[in-house]
Amino acid sequence: MSAVTDAVRVAPSGNPLGQSFRDSMVVAKRNLIRMSRIPEMIIYGLIQPIMFVVLFTYVFGGSMQIGGSTSATDYKNFLMAGIFAQTVTFATASSGAGIADDMHKGLIDRFRSLPMARGAVLTGRTLADLVQTALTLVVLAVVAVLVGWRVGSNGDTNAAKVIASFGLLLLLGYAFTWIGALIGMSVRTPEAATSSGLIWLFPVTFISNAFVDTSHMTPWLRHIAEWNPFSATVQAARVLFANPGQSQSEAWPMQHPVWASLIYSALIIVVFRTLAVRKYRSATA
Amino acid sequence: MPGAIYAEGLVKTFGDVRALDGVDLDVPEGTVLGLLGPNGAGKTTAVRCLTTLLQPDSGKAVVAGLDVLKQPNEVRRSIGLSGQFAAVDEYLTGRENLQMVGQLYQMKAKAAKARAAELLDQFDLADAADRPAKTYSGGMRRRLDLAAALVVSPPVMFMDEPTTGLDPRNRQLLWDVIKRLVSGGTTLLLTTQYLEEADHLAHDIVVVDHGHVIARGTSDELKARTGGERVEVVVHEREHIATAGEVLTGFGKGELTVEEHTRKLTVPVTGGAKLLAEVIRELDVRGIEIDDIGLRRPTLDDVFLSLTGHVAEVKEEDNGAPEKAAAKDRRHKKEAAK
Repeated sequence: MSAVTDAVRVAPSGNPLGQSFRDSMVVAKRNLIRMSRIPEMIIYGLIQPIMFVVLFTYVFGGSMQIGGSTSATDYKNFLMAGIFAQTVTFATASSGAGIADDMHKGLIDRFRSLPMARGAVLTGRTLADLVQTALTLVVLAVVAVLVGWRVGSNGDTNAAKVIASFGLLLLLGYAFTWIGALIGMSVRTPEAATSSGLIWLFPVTFISNAFVDTSHMTPWLRHIAEWNPFSATVQAARVLFANPGQSQSEAWPMQHPVWASLIYSALIIVVFRTLAVRKYRSATA
Repeated sequence: MPGAIYAEGLVKTFGDVRALDGVDLDVPEGTVLGLLGPNGAGKTTAVRCLTTLLQPDSGKAVVAGLDVLKQPNEVRRSIGLSGQFAAVDEYLTGRENLQMVGQLYQMKAKAAKARAAELLDQFDLADAADRPAKTYSGGMRRRLDLAAALVVSPPVMFMDEPTTGLDPRNRQLLWDVIKRLVSGGTTLLLTTQYLEEADHLAHDIVVVDHGHVIARGTSDELKARTGGERVEVVVHEREHIATAGEVLTGFGKGELTVEEHTRKLTVPVTGGAKLLAEVIRELDVRGIEIDDIGLRRPTLDDVFLSLTGHVAEVKEEDNGAPEKAAAKDRRHKKEAAK
């Protein structure tokens, strides 16, 4: 036993940032292995956004007025940025449920008793969710193209802009998974995390420019929608995709959607990461 | 010199409940301390304070020579924790679980892999190594959990109710592992509700109730404190209970207790084997047929009963919230007391 002990002596920690990165990667890998063994989770995660694409396109498509046009094609091209953004935010529920499950099963206790970086358990989880979100987004984009979505339908765009647009969407999704992480650390059961992770997302994603033209809303609701962090990313994606129905509002986030989207996402990450990691440090299962 | 695990005046309150109310512990290196007590006594809270999971409100704790409050990360390098439930990722294989834990103990990937293989062999899990842990039986999961706690062969181990919910065979298996571990020089703090377990594994026993240490000593010392031996007789015929009672009262040094339905009579005695022989002769003379007779020394259950005034309850705790459950439990008791 003593030979073994010597062979596996714990290495002294090097630079804390390096350790934090390595630990996060170990935890991310664990979560990715987990996800690959529960493929039904990924499939269910895909069904809802695909259903939204199909339902909104064919049911609402003919009755929506976008920038003065009632063409179903215009609505389709308008809609996709909204659906993409809504889909990435739904990763919140998955992060929250995963972390609540780890709490519930005592895994968080195990991690907290290990000499690992304090934020790594949550960072690893959010990174794994980011990978899943990216996969979902790829599939969804293919479906969107199949039902007739086209970038550049309302002006000029290029590959770099389209990629940047997906980048902003993923950043938004990543930011929201930190909200999920905080929810996961705060509730008792994975079930509670799933439902409380989703409920508030409906008003956030619907009181926005995602599915309708905000200029038709009552003024107070319109203000909320235009300043909604979620709307900034939708607007940014629409601008970069060169899709119709971009908001003409004077509101700063609508005028500078790319900056607004970056700032909002960064703010959400900083605030919610701080809160979630603090909660992790003092967690009592 | 303080032991490998040392605590002085640990206090931890949850709301208005004092889960730990000034607990002192001292576990010499290479020994096993059994922390015994009913649910809500503060056992888990004590373990959580000593393993850096919980910050005590006051008091001092030193583990492996390191201050738990001032050097939590160094402490984490020197301890292994096996909690109340098998904390393994059920979708990962046994091997993946152990490798992950190794890497999070800051081992290099290759070393973690080698160590995982070694532990899987040692814990009789090699055949199941590449199956997801959710296909494991309860006993296998516990073994995997314990293996995870031993990845770096830590000098100090904490086990919180390691055999709760296990069948006798698996409990025996785990006891063997624990004994081997301790013979290798590991210091162990073990909490349990099973008095038999503490009797079996622990060098020293500390009994806690309501956040207080109510007794400490070796199992023998505690038993001696509770009182000496007693004679226990099971008569064959129900109608012989009264006569046998007379006989026993004659030899006894205290009150006779009778269990009608099991036809069992017990009386405290002094005089040991010689007295027992006399009792048997007298019963024989009176023509009382007996099914069983013996000189019994007190069990830890007796110890518990005499110390706390209530029997140790073996009841499942709310897995999700041991502390909260404990707090709630205690609150109920308080209200009941009013």
